[in-house]
Amino acid sequence: MTTLLEVDAIDVAYGDFRALHGITLTVAEGETLAVIGANGAGKSTLLKTIAGLLRPSAGQIRFDGHNVSHTPAHRRVREGIALTPEGRRIFASLTVEENLKVGAHGRRPGPWNLRTVYDAFPLLEELRTRRGAHLSGGEQQATAIGRALMSNPKLLLLDEVSLGLAPVVIADIYRALPTIAEKGTTVLVVEQDLTQALTVADRVQCLLEGRTVLEGAAAEVTREQVQAAYFGVDASEGREAG
Amino acid sequence: MDWINAVLQGLLLGGQYALLACGLSLIFGVMRIVNLAHGVLAVASAYLAFWLVQLTGMPSFLTIAIVIPVLAAVGYAIQRGLFNKALRHGELSPLLVSFGLAVIGANLLQEIFTADSRKISIGDLSTSSVELGDLRIGVFSLITLVVAVAVIVGLQLYLSHTRIGRAMRATKDDPEAATLMGIDERHMYALATAIAIGTVALAGVFLGMSTQFSPTYGDLVLIFAFEAVIIGGLGSLWGTLLGGLVLGVAQTVGAQIDPAYGVLAGHLVFLVVLLFRPQGLLPKAVVA
Repeated sequence: MTTLLEVDAIDVAYGDFRALHGITLTVAEGETLAVIGANGAGKSTLLKTIAGLLRPSAGQIRFDGHNVSHTPAHRRVREGIALTPEGRRIFASLTVEENLKVGAHGRRPGPWNLRTVYDAFPLLEELRTRRGAHLSGGEQQATAIGRALMSNPKLLLLDEVSLGLAPVVIADIYRALPTIAEKGTTVLVVEQDLTQALTVADRVQCLLEGRTVLEGAAAEVTREQVQAAYFGVDASEGREAG
Repeated sequence: MDWINAVLQGLLLGGQYALLACGLSLIFGVMRIVNLAHGVLAVASAYLAFWLVQLTGMPSFLTIAIVIPVLAAVGYAIQRGLFNKALRHGELSPLLVSFGLAVIGANLLQEIFTADSRKISIGDLSTSSVELGDLRIGVFSLITLVVAVAVIVGLQLYLSHTRIGRAMRATKDDPEAATLMGIDERHMYALATAIAIGTVALAGVFLGMSTQFSPTYGDLVLIFAFEAVIIGGLGSLWGTLLGGLVLGVAQTVGAQIDPAYGVLAGHLVFLVVLLFRPQGLLPKAVVA
């Protein structure tokens, strides 16, 4: 498998606060990687940096074989990186269908269009004329993912899909993920929900306070290992690290 | 009959105010910038048209084909070069920058064209009218009203149904999320300003055809346009159309009571709206 995304030892800081310390991560074309970790572990920062909303102070991001570290966010979308951001950020005064159409602003060719998005999320077709301001959390999340797909990304970044949603709604949304992967889209999910992350992902990488603490195939890592890494507990000795 | 006539003339005058105001409304609606250089740009457009007619002898209406693209380009450059940078320093900065532009613009016009009053000649059209029973409707005022409605309907359709229009509304809702859709925020803002200043150019040429103007006339234009926008409701183009008409009617009805009270009556209606309905008559329609 060829490497699609290579994050090479990036540091990211908000002012004096360093959110990421030398994070390295690779995603192969066609695979689904889950980045997990507790609140404040730097997951959202990582996705924002890959999407171009934040600039790394050190290190490099390579996408599809070339360095995109200095490419502005709006051009990264045209190269094939799409992010469904934390908080969904649906355009409130636009209808669901208009939100989706804005997603296709860059006019990248590919398998996704209004028809295929509605097939993947039938709910959105029913809601097409409703304004973003009047959507429930789950409806917003489905719209946000559909909107990101409309840009026909090679790499889809999903930030905290499950945050604040009812389990039924989360299951509904995760049911669409295999369809997305089948169409050749590589997916990087960030999750706090371990069960969902381990079910959909081929590989998992766990962050703690801006550093990678565990990495492996989703089928091979044990729940105990993940939990230990997640909470910063040293798995072999069972006491708190740091 | 005098009162009906006053209302009718007010509606016609309101068409001119609405046409002058829609650019101000659009810039505020998309970027939350109050562009104080609005009036001076309208007057500069009138001077450009006046100068073109003098220089080339071309028909007055034909100047629109040159003035609109030139001013739209100026609008793009102002947004890209000044307002976008000012926006990074908070909401007050673009206001101050536009104030500076207004002062510089008015003084430049005075340097180039002197303080003399000018008018763009439109021949018989300025005095021709159609009779409607006992009422007389000025043909040029009627054209202005029709153009104003057409511009506002056109802008509304553009924002609602085109790819760029949708992107503008998305950028207005959430600029950062818009960049995640592949939209270049700075370019989108500049396009919005270019379109807005394009409408200002059209309005300015019509203004120069209907009345005497001088380099400082922009102050009055800005006040009337601002009042129309506030009366109608900030960020709503339909509201701006209504606001322009209300302001026009208030002025002519006020002048009917006493010729000295026309402009004052307009200001009073503006104050009453601010006091009792600060969100305007038609707040947040489709645009906002």
